[in-house]
Amino acid sequence: MSTMTKPKRAPKPRPEAEKDASMLKQKEMMAGHYDRLTSAPENGDKVCATFVPGNLNELIMCFDFVNNLPEQNAIQAGLRKTSGRFVMEAEKMGHSEDVCTYVKSDLGMMARGNLAPNGKPFPDPDVLLLSYTGCFTFMKWFELLREQYGCEAIMLHTPYTGDGVITDNMREYMVKQLKEEVIPKLEAVSGVKFDIDRLREYLRESARAEDDLVAVLQSAKKKPSPIDAYFGGIYYIGPIFGAFRGTKEATEFYRLLRGEIDERVAAGLGPITPDGPMGEEKYRLVTEGPPNYTSFRDFWKMFYEEGAVCVASSYTKVGGTYDFGFRHDPDRPLESLAEYCLNVYTNRSLPQRVDMLANYIEEYEADGLLINSIKSCNSFSAGQLLIMKEVEKRTGKPGAFVETDLVDPRYFSASNVKNRLESYLQMIEQKRSSTQTLGAAA
Amino acid sequence: MKSFIGIDLGSTTTKAILSNEEGQVLGRGITNSRSNYETAASVAKQEAVIDARLYLCRERLEQATGMGEQIEQFIGDLGSFFRKEQFLEQLGDLEGTCLEKIEGDRFVGKEEAIKEALAETFRRLREEALVLYAPGAERKSDFFRDLAGSRYLMISEEVAREAQLGYDLLLNVYDKSIIEVENRPPSGQLKEKFQRALQEVLAHGSVSGIASEDVTGPVSDALDVDLEETYVVGTGYGRVTLPFSKEHIRSEILCHGLGAHMMYPKTRTVLDIGGQDTKGIQVDGEGIVENFQMNDRCAAGCGRYLGYIADEMNVGLHELGPMAMKATRQVRINSTCTVFAGAELRDRLALGEKREDILAGLHRAIILRAMSIIARSGGITDEFTFTGGVAKNEAATNELRKLVEENYGKVTININPNSIYTGALGASEFARRAIVEGRTYDDAELVAA
Repeated sequence: MSTMTKPKRAPKPRPEAEKDASMLKQKEMMAGHYDRLTSAPENGDKVCATFVPGNLNELIMCFDFVNNLPEQNAIQAGLRKTSGRFVMEAEKMGHSEDVCTYVKSDLGMMARGNLAPNGKPFPDPDVLLLSYTGCFTFMKWFELLREQYGCEAIMLHTPYTGDGVITDNMREYMVKQLKEEVIPKLEAVSGVKFDIDRLREYLRESARAEDDLVAVLQSAKKKPSPIDAYFGGIYYIGPIFGAFRGTKEATEFYRLLRGEIDERVAAGLGPITPDGPMGEEKYRLVTEGPPNYTSFRDFWKMFYEEGAVCVASSYTKVGGTYDFGFRHDPDRPLESLAEYCLNVYTNRSLPQRVDMLANYIEEYEADGLLINSIKSCNSFSAGQLLIMKEVEKRTGKPGAFVETDLVDPRYFSASNVKNRLESYLQMIEQKRSSTQTLGAAA
Repeated sequence: MKSFIGIDLGSTTTKAILSNEEGQVLGRGITNSRSNYETAASVAKQEAVIDARLYLCRERLEQATGMGEQIEQFIGDLGSFFRKEQFLEQLGDLEGTCLEKIEGDRFVGKEEAIKEALAETFRRLREEALVLYAPGAERKSDFFRDLAGSRYLMISEEVAREAQLGYDLLLNVYDKSIIEVENRPPSGQLKEKFQRALQEVLAHGSVSGIASEDVTGPVSDALDVDLEETYVVGTGYGRVTLPFSKEHIRSEILCHGLGAHMMYPKTRTVLDIGGQDTKGIQVDGEGIVENFQMNDRCAAGCGRYLGYIADEMNVGLHELGPMAMKATRQVRINSTCTVFAGAELRDRLALGEKREDILAGLHRAIILRAMSIIARSGGITDEFTFTGGVAKNEAATNELRKLVEENYGKVTININPNSIYTGALGASEFARRAIVEGRTYDDAELVAA
């Protein structure tokens, strides 16, 4: 009996995405990061794994650790289209379909050789630093990794800002943990003595990069917006949310990026998309929720093809919220690390999220709120419908929902998402023209 | 006369509406979507044109004659005879195509016998058509494939047996031909077919005592009206495959919202259960969509789910509702997963549950899922309009009425007999507004100016 096989067709070549100088630099930085990470064992470097929200990169660098961020690895796997295999591998190990797909991608990747994007194996972590900032799954994830690696795990507990305010108590509680728990343990694992002046120096760099990042993100207030603050925003936050915050490299990167964006503003240009400069800006959206990474380009294309640009997003605040004035502060090093953690988007209460999104709609003169609800992220998804309703009520602008997943390709139905998105955009258009008709009639 | 066409390309059926400058519906057309949306769109459009011609005939006859109540019957006959003409034309196409397909090793030496068998099969099919399209006769479907296909299979089996010929040979040529024929819309010679149909009505119609000179003029008048296709708007899942430019395509959510508003202007909430999706839509007083929610990539509990259940039970889709209505109790079904539909059903049957009771439970499960989508879209505000293919299913609508009252109190629930055309109606109105009111929606400036 012969088995039918499909004739092998050469995959359709996809045109290379257009890249700015900053994107090329970022690519170089990421490649450098993975090389540094995978060569840690031969260089005698120790590795600290931590998460993006609550990432204490400056502190980690004080102990000469190389920072490994499992979510970013999962995102890389999603973008490179290997996460599907990893997720299924993790399901084979018994993790249910509903478990966060970042977790499953990571565990599946470990089971399949744990290779970094450069093809070399990731080193085992020497320490797991969990700055808990609202995502309970992160805690469970590190629990699994602790089992796997048997290494030191440190937890910094960030109190939830349920009432929407940061109190002195919260700050002190966190600083106390940093002093009594986190720093001593990091010293013990690394064998490096903590030097607060070294931390101050890193924080000074952070604040510089943060200034430029904010300027870049806020450039979207211009019309047309020179950037897409969601899809493009993902690139912009990469270095600062990852292993680069506090480095001179990051400062240079954000300076370069800001220069590029300033030029676009001066020339009155819209965003650059993977298919080149975007056409006419027809819709301005605020987005809530992470994007889908396995069909990232297709997803984005659905927006720019219709002339929709995302002018502000909550997702670009998960690794730090800087646009309300917070900066890492070399004069208050530990306090500002605490405030940084308290401020990240995942640690914000529902009313805070509503405020933020409603204000974005006003400030960025957006047409409405689009929520990309993530199938496997309960932490983000719970309450999103309520957020949408409340934002609609407060702004009078329509909201809409699409549903996808982080890095599980099975949960991306292109036709469904496109259908909803197009319906939403047409709805905005219809409302706009009916208001104008009324206005003209009046 | 300017005419405006809305086409709704659904996953199961394709619908078309033809309206005039005043937004009045002149014709409705429906066909199965096949896997060829372009043909489906052109067939549905042609069906709507045929329907519009009948509408115009009725109008002219009302103005010109004193036929009174007989007009309906006359128009019914005219429609039936026209359809017969159309059916015979397609049957001829099918026969010709079947003859071309007699080729290959398996037919060697049997060509003549097969030709004869085909001739006999089609003779009997034509004979049956006279009964099928006799005035007042009811047909299960008006889709050529449904009608011709099922009868071809039966008749050719008889013929093959009588001729002691392999039935598989006749099946083979049919299988190779039907898709081709189905994807070849009937010729556009509508006027000639109507004229022939008119002659048949006069000769064999069910209305007696009609003088040819009384009706010929008005009918000819109606057939001569120039239905200028002014603007077409496409919607539905297959809309992107339409050979239309972007401004001719609108989302089905907007079309359903507007269509429901046109049927029932007080509509504020719309539920549409289609083949592949369930939509909850909130509209304002003008039919403009305020909010919507729909199922995600999983089509659990949509129309196709009922389709699978019908297939599993080996009954027609339209029989499910009546069967469920005979239930004495409701079996609780938790999963509306289309993939598991068969397993769920067999499991309950194995437990000794009655089919009727299981079906009652399945209908409730579908509506429960729809209720959750409506709730997410903002709940139900008076009036509430239910559209889509499932709105024709009485077991489903009964369950919906119950759950709506339990959750939202007394609410006016509108279910239009033509609810399957809601999306196409909205699309035709978008088409009309684009020209008559200059509202393209793509150019808001135009409106402001």
